[in-house]
Amino acid sequence: MKGLTGAEILLKGLEEEGVDTIFGYPGAAVIDIYDRLAKTDIRHFLVRHEQGAVHAADGYARASGKVGVCLVTSGPGATNTVTGIATAYSDSIPLVVLTGQVPRALIGNDAFQEVDIVGITRPCTKHNYLVTDVNDLSRVIKEAFYLARSGRPGPVLIDLPKDLMSMQGSYHPGKDVTLKSYQPTYKPHLKQLSKVIGLIKEAKRPMILAGGGVALSKASDELRKLARKIIAPVTTTLMGLGTFPASDPLWLGMIGMHGTYRANMSTSACDLLIAVGARFDDRVTGKTEAFASQARIVHIDIDPTSIRKNIPVMIPVVGDCRLTLHILNDLLEKEKLNGVKKVREPWIRQVEEWKSTNPLAYVQGEVTKPQFVVETLFKLTRGEAIVATEVGQNQMWAAQYYHLDTPNSFITSGGLGCMGFGLPAAIGAQVANPGKLVVDIAGDGSIQMNIQELATAVQYHLPVKVVILNNQYLGMVRQWQELFYEKCYAGTCMEHAPDFVKLAQAYGAAGLRAAKPDEVEQVIKQGLALEGPVLMDFQVEREEGVYPMVPAGAPITEMLLV
Amino acid sequence: MERTESERHILSIQVENQPGVLSRVAGLFSGRGFNIESLCVAETMDPLVSRITLVTNGDMGVVEQIKKQLNKLVNVLKVVDFTGANFVQREMALVKVRARPENRAEILRLVDIFRCRVVDVGTEYYSVELTGDEGKMRAFLDLLKPMGIKEIARTGALALAREKK
Repeated sequence: MKGLTGAEILLKGLEEEGVDTIFGYPGAAVIDIYDRLAKTDIRHFLVRHEQGAVHAADGYARASGKVGVCLVTSGPGATNTVTGIATAYSDSIPLVVLTGQVPRALIGNDAFQEVDIVGITRPCTKHNYLVTDVNDLSRVIKEAFYLARSGRPGPVLIDLPKDLMSMQGSYHPGKDVTLKSYQPTYKPHLKQLSKVIGLIKEAKRPMILAGGGVALSKASDELRKLARKIIAPVTTTLMGLGTFPASDPLWLGMIGMHGTYRANMSTSACDLLIAVGARFDDRVTGKTEAFASQARIVHIDIDPTSIRKNIPVMIPVVGDCRLTLHILNDLLEKEKLNGVKKVREPWIRQVEEWKSTNPLAYVQGEVTKPQFVVETLFKLTRGEAIVATEVGQNQMWAAQYYHLDTPNSFITSGGLGCMGFGLPAAIGAQVANPGKLVVDIAGDGSIQMNIQELATAVQYHLPVKVVILNNQYLGMVRQWQELFYEKCYAGTCMEHAPDFVKLAQAYGAAGLRAAKPDEVEQVIKQGLALEGPVLMDFQVEREEGVYPMVPAGAPITEMLLV
Repeated sequence: MERTESERHILSIQVENQPGVLSRVAGLFSGRGFNIESLCVAETMDPLVSRITLVTNGDMGVVEQIKKQLNKLVNVLKVVDFTGANFVQREMALVKVRARPENRAEILRLVDIFRCRVVDVGTEYYSVELTGDEGKMRAFLDLLKPMGIKEIARTGALALAREKK
C-alpha cells in the first residue's frame, strides 16, 4: 500500500489498535499529526501541561484497562512527559507516548526544541523508538502497543521526526508482532504449582499478599476464590487495593509503612506467604531481614526480575497472575482440603483478635480530621466512586479509609509517589468512565502541582470532584519532621495558598469550603450533587498524622500507633 | 537477600545490531549500580546480531538480577554466563614499552616466551601485541612494568564456549 503520509500512517495505525482517545498538547513538530488527527474520529483532549497529558492517559489506562495514548511536541513538550512516564513505568501502566522530533536532518544539531527524548527516557520506558524510516512506522506502532500491553505492561515511547510525517510511505504493519527477544511467560510451570499446593496443605498460618499485578491481569475473582478455598487472610499493597473486597471477613487491610496493625502482624506471624503480582517494595517490607521471617514465601509474578530482587523466595512462579491463580484453583479443586478449616481455626481467631486490638482510628474534635472527610466521602458514595489520589498523607488516608470492594477503582501513584498525579489521572479516569463518579482526594500541596488541569475538566465537561484535605502543610514530610527531626518544619509550611474556592470559580468550576466538622457532610453532598467539576476545600487539623507508621527501614511490626 | 561471595562473571550477550542498544545495556548497569569490568562489542556472522562480551562481578543474587534484567531488555536476544562452563577466553593488548638499550634484548626475550609480537619499533619504544587470558596478561604486564609502560590499550575479555569433544 503506497501513497500515505507519515501522519496518515500513524493515525491509521492508532485506529487499527482501537485508539479512540488521545490526551495531548500540540507544537511545531507535531503539527502535521494534529492536522491529520482533526480529520479522524479519535477524540483529542487538550491538556494544559504535557505532564497532565501523560497522567490523564495513565488514569484512563488504569480505569479502562486499555492502553493510554498521549501526543506531545518535541523538546520541552517531550521533557515534560518524563515525570508522567516514570510514574507509569513504576506502576506498570500500559501507555504509548508519541513525541514529535525535529526533522531528521537537524537531529544532533542542537536544533530549536530538540532533545534526545529516546536517550532521556531509556531507563523509564519499557521500550522506546526513534523512527527514522517512514516505512518502519506502521510496524513500530504495532510493536509499541503490543509491548505496552503484554507481559508486565509499561509505557512505550515513539519519537517521530517532523519530516517523516509529511513524507509518503507504505503501511504494512504485518499480521502479528513476533519479537524473537521478547516472549513473556504467561503460563506457569506446573511443577512449581504442585510444590505450592504442598506448602498450602502443610501451612497452619497461610496468608496472601496481592499487588498491582492482580489488578493489571484482572485476577481479582481468582484471588477471592483462592483465599476462600484455602482459608487464607488477604492483605494488599497500595497498588493492590480493591483487588480483594474490603468487606470480606478475610480482609486484613493494607500492608506496609502505613498498613493496618493486623496486616503487618499477620505478615510476621504467618508460616506461608503467597505473594501475587507484588514486588516487595521497601514501603511494603520495611526491614527486609525481618520481613515474614517465619514464612515460606511463594512469589507469583510475570516479571522474573521482580522475583528474588528484594526478598528470598522459596517457590518462584513466573506467570500471568490471572492464569496462574486460575490453574492453581483448578488444581486445588482436585485436592482434599477438608482438614484445612480445623487446622486454620487458631490462626483465623488470632487474626480476628488483631482486628480489634489496634484498629484504624481517629478522634474527631473541634477541628475537622482529614480521616473524617474521607470516611464521610466513603459513606456518602457507598464506596462506589473511582478514587484518584495525590501523594502523601491524603493518599494514605484515602487508602486507609476509603474501603474498596472493586478493582481498578483506586488510581494512585504507588511506585513513584508522584505529586500532581491525582487531578489529571482523575480526568483520564472520567473520560474512560463518563457515567461514573470520579473523585480526586488531594492535599493542598499536591493539588497545586497540576491545578491547571481544572481548565481541561471544565472545557470537556468532565465532572471530577476534588476533595482537598487542606492542612497548609506538606503533611507527610512534616510528619517525618515531627517524628524524626525534632519538629523542625523546614520548607513544609505552606501557609500561602490561593483561595481554592475562588480559584475553582476562576477556572469555571464550582468551589466549596468546609471550615468546620459539621459542614463536612453538607459540602460533600452539595459537591457531589453539582453537575460539573467541583473543588472542595476542607480545612483540616493541621498536624494530624498518618498512623500506624513504620519508620523507614524498621521491621513492619514496629509500628508507631496513634 | 542472602549474601554470597562476590565473583567474576563473563557474560556473553547477543543483541540486535541497532543504534542505542549498547546504551540500553550500559545504562542498565549504571542505573542499577551493577559493575562493568570490561566490555567488548562487535557484529557476529549475522549482521543483524552483535555480541557483547561483558565482565562483571557480584554475588549470586546480584548476578542473577543482572542476567534477568538483561533478558528483560527488548533488544537482548540471549544471555550466557560462562561461569562454571567450559570456555575459552582471550584478551588482546597493545603495549608501548620503553626500550632502553639495556632492556631491548630482555623485552624481545619476553615477547618470545609469551608468544607476543613486536608490531612497531621506535627509537625509544617498542609496541607489543599480546593475546591471552587474564592470567597471561597480568603476568606479562607485571614483567614489563619495571621497564616503563608508556601507554596501553586493552580489549577486555572475549569468550566462547568450548565445543563438546
